[in-house]
Amino acid sequence: MEITSNVEKTLNRILKDFSAEEGNIISLLQLIQDEFGYIPESTVGWFSGRLDIPESRFYGIATFYARFYQKERGKNIITACCGTACHVKGADRVINAARIELGLAEGENTTDDMDFTLEQVACVGACSIAPVVIINKKVYGRQTSGRLTREIKALKK
Amino acid sequence: MKTNKLEIMVCMGTGGIAAGGTEVLSAFESAIKKLKIPAKLKKGCSVHKVGCRGLCARDVLVDIIIKEKKSTYQYIKPDMVQRIVDEHIVGNQPVADWLATEDYHNFHEKQVKVVLSDCGNINPESIDAYFAVNGYEAAKKVLTLMSRQDVIEEIKRSGLRGRGGAGFPTGVKWEICGGVKNAQKYIICNADEGDPGAFMDRAIIEGNPHSVIEGMIIGAYAIGAGKGYVYIRAEYPLAVERLRKALEDAGKKNLLGKKILKTGFSFDIKVKLGAGAFVCGEETALIVSIEGQRGMPRAKPPFPVHSGLWGKPTVINNVETLANIPHIIRKGPDWFASFGTEKSRGTKVFALTGKVKNTGLIEVPMGISLKEIIYDIGGGMDKGRDFKAVQTGGPSGGCITADLLDINVDYESLAKVGSIVGSGGMVVLDDTDCMVSIARFFLEFTQVESCGKCVPCRIGTKRLLEILDRITAGKGKEGDIELLEELGKDIKASSLCGLGQTAPNPVLSTIKYFRPEYEAHIRDMKCPAAVCKELIEFTILEELCKGCGACVRACPANAIKGEKKKPHTLSSELCVKCGSCFDVCKFGAVKKE
Repeated sequence: MEITSNVEKTLNRILKDFSAEEGNIISLLQLIQDEFGYIPESTVGWFSGRLDIPESRFYGIATFYARFYQKERGKNIITACCGTACHVKGADRVINAARIELGLAEGENTTDDMDFTLEQVACVGACSIAPVVIINKKVYGRQTSGRLTREIKALKK
Repeated sequence: MKTNKLEIMVCMGTGGIAAGGTEVLSAFESAIKKLKIPAKLKKGCSVHKVGCRGLCARDVLVDIIIKEKKSTYQYIKPDMVQRIVDEHIVGNQPVADWLATEDYHNFHEKQVKVVLSDCGNINPESIDAYFAVNGYEAAKKVLTLMSRQDVIEEIKRSGLRGRGGAGFPTGVKWEICGGVKNAQKYIICNADEGDPGAFMDRAIIEGNPHSVIEGMIIGAYAIGAGKGYVYIRAEYPLAVERLRKALEDAGKKNLLGKKILKTGFSFDIKVKLGAGAFVCGEETALIVSIEGQRGMPRAKPPFPVHSGLWGKPTVINNVETLANIPHIIRKGPDWFASFGTEKSRGTKVFALTGKVKNTGLIEVPMGISLKEIIYDIGGGMDKGRDFKAVQTGGPSGGCITADLLDINVDYESLAKVGSIVGSGGMVVLDDTDCMVSIARFFLEFTQVESCGKCVPCRIGTKRLLEILDRITAGKGKEGDIELLEELGKDIKASSLCGLGQTAPNPVLSTIKYFRPEYEAHIRDMKCPAAVCKELIEFTILEELCKGCGACVRACPANAIKGEKKKPHTLSSELCVKCGSCFDVCKFGAVKKE
């Protein structure tokens, strides 16, 4: 991502918030991600320069925590829960069906056209309606491969 | 709230919203509006949301209270609302077909609700609703009438132990921290509920966030802390939203901030969002995460009560622990201690999930038997299948088998059989669950979540996982089971924090109770529960197949072919063994072995 003057304005605002947040790098990365949806390399470089903190410190934290993304994500985010309850109620099958429907190869999470990202999380805490899938922040309980495939097809249109 | 003549309560926890709670609530609102109730009576009417009342599997659940008579409806959809309003509210004749059935009431009968007493009854987004159930009375009493030592004594006498898993006596923790001389102390609420299969803390915060805040105020006063943090998972957006709203409202009422309730005590709370690391539930890791660093545990001592956040004395309590505090202060330590067993006082909230009929959130007195939980509250096994085991304590816990179902659920008894109470996840497994695969599942989780500081945990869990991978893929070797046991014991003995010390538990406990299942995978290359993909085959039984085509539509790999009304065939080459066909076939014509 290029640092345009518009982007720079945003980054300056984040920098101000960062000072208010007791200089907390996790909060800083969260602010960047809230703004851009992921953590663009160029922004890390920008902050590293301003704050005189080596980039490695940022990446050390960004790679430690699962909810920081270093790659741009798709327009639609499908979050499949892989908690214990979802696991025993067939989350694997649901995820598998979504992967096939989206044409995602092994190890890939985002479709080539950037329309979809399929991610797995440890537990969203909605175990009593397992298996659970969250599509664009809306929670869907008791998912089956058929239901999820239909939802994805509807989003493709 | 009880003075209201008409009250409609719609369950809107995460489960309720997923089932359409928002739409049901607005359908009730507009239907009631259309009734044109005279202004005089309107005062007594209220339609509002409530947090989780436990049985999320029946959502959307709706309570209608008319003149203090309560009726509960289950599985409500927006298009059902008008009939309920017409017949029940206008006609005073409840819609019998949609009322919650007997097993809904059985689900609640053996429960004892302390922490959850107001969850599901009050609007979690309204501080006035909390006031109406004596909310913040305990904080008031503490700040105006009690000394710090009085508070600590009450909590000690109640016998309350930490509900996050370790079970350390809360009063003792407060006493130690209270005794440390330092002008700056902190209290942290640990809401980083990371155990997969557990959602007690989410439900408490979503259903009654003020109870947690009140517990924190009391704790802060007792130890002398001026600042508090709630460290909460970002995976719980609704809980975060309701907590923030509650903090803002409490601030406006001077229950937080400077000179609370005109006393000399000042205290404020900040929310810190987690960034997705299970290990941050460990207290020293949580502290450094709040400080903005990688969440890696450190050796104890010094304990956080002496040197915690930014090196200052810090108390860390779990959500459920804190939510118990106002009740103990209000109703007295003896009342609290009257529940539970001698060493485990009070109640515990569990997330009952898996293969039982009634999955949901339950609160039971400590010492209740597992059998009562599963068969009386849980309603027995779903789909008439056979009980195999119950997994408690998530990735740090173990399995409990059928012959041990009579044991009491308390800290000591569960530890004795190789499991733990843990934070409260309880996943029931039936004969279609493979125990090796379950152990592998937990190891995959802990291996990813290991922070990497201790070699035995970082590399040991990886090796354990590799062995389990091998076994579930039918490539297990003689000696693998013994290797798992040896390695597991070593990891437990040589890791620094709770994650490594407990990570091998799911493996060790499944080997202890289900050794033949491991042996079947290794020696016979068979998965007795027909779960492990590499060891099973799907076939269609010609004599049972009606040719309905359901499996053809369900198959994501186009592996099933056949004409309508004629037996279909399944190509084992194309089959990805996802099991979709097995799930959709109504005639039992798909064979899995």
